[in-house]
Amino acid sequence: MTQTPASVITGQIPIVDYLVLRPEPHLRAHECASCAARYFDRRNACARCSGTRFADVDVPTAGVLSTYTIVTFAPPGVDAPFVAAIVDCGGTSVRGKLLNVTPAPGDIALGMPLRLATYSLGADSGGVEAIGYGFEPVGPPAGHQASTPAEGKEIR
Amino acid sequence: MSGDDVWVLGIHMTKFGKHPDKDVVDLASESVLGALADADVTMADVDVIGAGNLMGASSGIGQQVQKQVGQTGIPVYNVVNACATGATALRVAYLEIKAGEAEIGLAFGVEKLAGAGLLSGGAPAAVSADGWTRKGRLGAVTGLEGHTGTSSMPGVFAQIGLDYARRYGGDFELFARIAEKNHAHSTLNPLAAHQKPMSAEQIMADVMVAYPNTRPMCSANVDGAAAAVLVSGERLKKLSPQQRRRAVKISASVLTSDPWQESCQVLPDVSTLTKAAARKAYAMAGVDPADLDLVELHDCFATAELVHYDNLMLCAEGEAVDFFNSRATWRDGATPVNVSGGLESKGHPIAATGIANVWEVATHLRGEAGPRQIEGARVGLTHVIGLGQACAIHILERSAA
Repeated sequence: MTQTPASVITGQIPIVDYLVLRPEPHLRAHECASCAARYFDRRNACARCSGTRFADVDVPTAGVLSTYTIVTFAPPGVDAPFVAAIVDCGGTSVRGKLLNVTPAPGDIALGMPLRLATYSLGADSGGVEAIGYGFEPVGPPAGHQASTPAEGKEIR
Repeated sequence: MSGDDVWVLGIHMTKFGKHPDKDVVDLASESVLGALADADVTMADVDVIGAGNLMGASSGIGQQVQKQVGQTGIPVYNVVNACATGATALRVAYLEIKAGEAEIGLAFGVEKLAGAGLLSGGAPAAVSADGWTRKGRLGAVTGLEGHTGTSSMPGVFAQIGLDYARRYGGDFELFARIAEKNHAHSTLNPLAAHQKPMSAEQIMADVMVAYPNTRPMCSANVDGAAAAVLVSGERLKKLSPQQRRRAVKISASVLTSDPWQESCQVLPDVSTLTKAAARKAYAMAGVDPADLDLVELHDCFATAELVHYDNLMLCAEGEAVDFFNSRATWRDGATPVNVSGGLESKGHPIAATGIANVWEVATHLRGEAGPRQIEGARVGLTHVIGLGQACAIHILERSAA
């Protein structure tokens, strides 16, 4: 993928609609107005209660690791290994990958505290940079810096 | 034998493995003719067909097979339900008999998967010439595999296993020892694709696919077919003593889908619907989990088997680790599980699986399992999960005749 120099970045686009980049990166869910069930894609009616009214809600950026896997065998074009995870963000389960961890079981603990972080997927020919999200351990070792959209670098 | 019971009259599975010289129609036809011969009936006796082939879901496999073995004008239901496709086809035949529309029903499932790689979880597209473009229900600008986690089957079931481990215990070695058991069991099953014993150490040292699932802890992509002939209790009464003696009663047939759960929006929940199906099946059959002489459950990955000990109530809630460590699920244990070798070694030709597991249990209940016979088996359970999700459970009992 062609990396456009940061100087010609003209804008950013989130990897998915439910990632909101500003003012601070966070995830947004559609919450059922009747029962508060949350969905990341659009629903015609709530799968839990059949309610048809939804409101957008911000999902907490802090969470804990519910479960994970280290994918070492991936389809062509997918960078592996990577750590796929389910993160409990204040009662909302979110899927994402772990950032800024070594993809080794010894470095990952079920229940560990995490926070949302972002990384760059590169820019297109028009200078638009796609931004992905993941979760990184809270309190990274000294020398590690949480990546931001501006820095746009994923550390593994 | 009560008039409104439904029985397995004949059943067959092909050797699972590589069948380069046979297509799905050949494999399915081999199994259908095998099941008809085992039932001692012909296509002329069959009132309905339930048929499944997941990878060729739009091909009309039921009618294709009729053209090989007998076009008699009977209704054909081509069904698709992920890995529960075969069990769903079986249940269609069961329901037709229950409804009084048919006396004898045929069900089959077939798949050719040998050489297929990783199932599900597509590759991300590079940025297109038009620039990043939002697509699909999530407005994704690229394929999400490797970006927002994984949808690959080994990875999904690895997460399901470690979620159980977080709550109740279990680790990499335990999951490997479950695979060790199944590979040991497979050595006695000549129809299994792989019959090689493997130690837990060998299993842990093998190629890692999605931690903690290494390659021998994953179901094997193979070719195969399975077919069953079902009969109403009323019709069975009129059949020969030999047919009545070998008939196996379907004491419960249950199909469920996944009810809403908070976390199922991001990780498939294979537990809630399995528990619901199990509760309903035990009640329908009047059977207690402790009564089961053998269980064939959906070990699509070693991590899944542990979770299903709990879901099928083979142990108390949260105690699957201790249950496995007690050796209860080995073939000489209190509740033998996957004495066929399971999907990890027998293989998992998707649409065939939900009938092949019935074949395994029925063969033991008939006392015809040869060297791997569970002595005196009277009642057994089969379970499949199709991601999406569907869960099918059948409880089978030996004929009293």
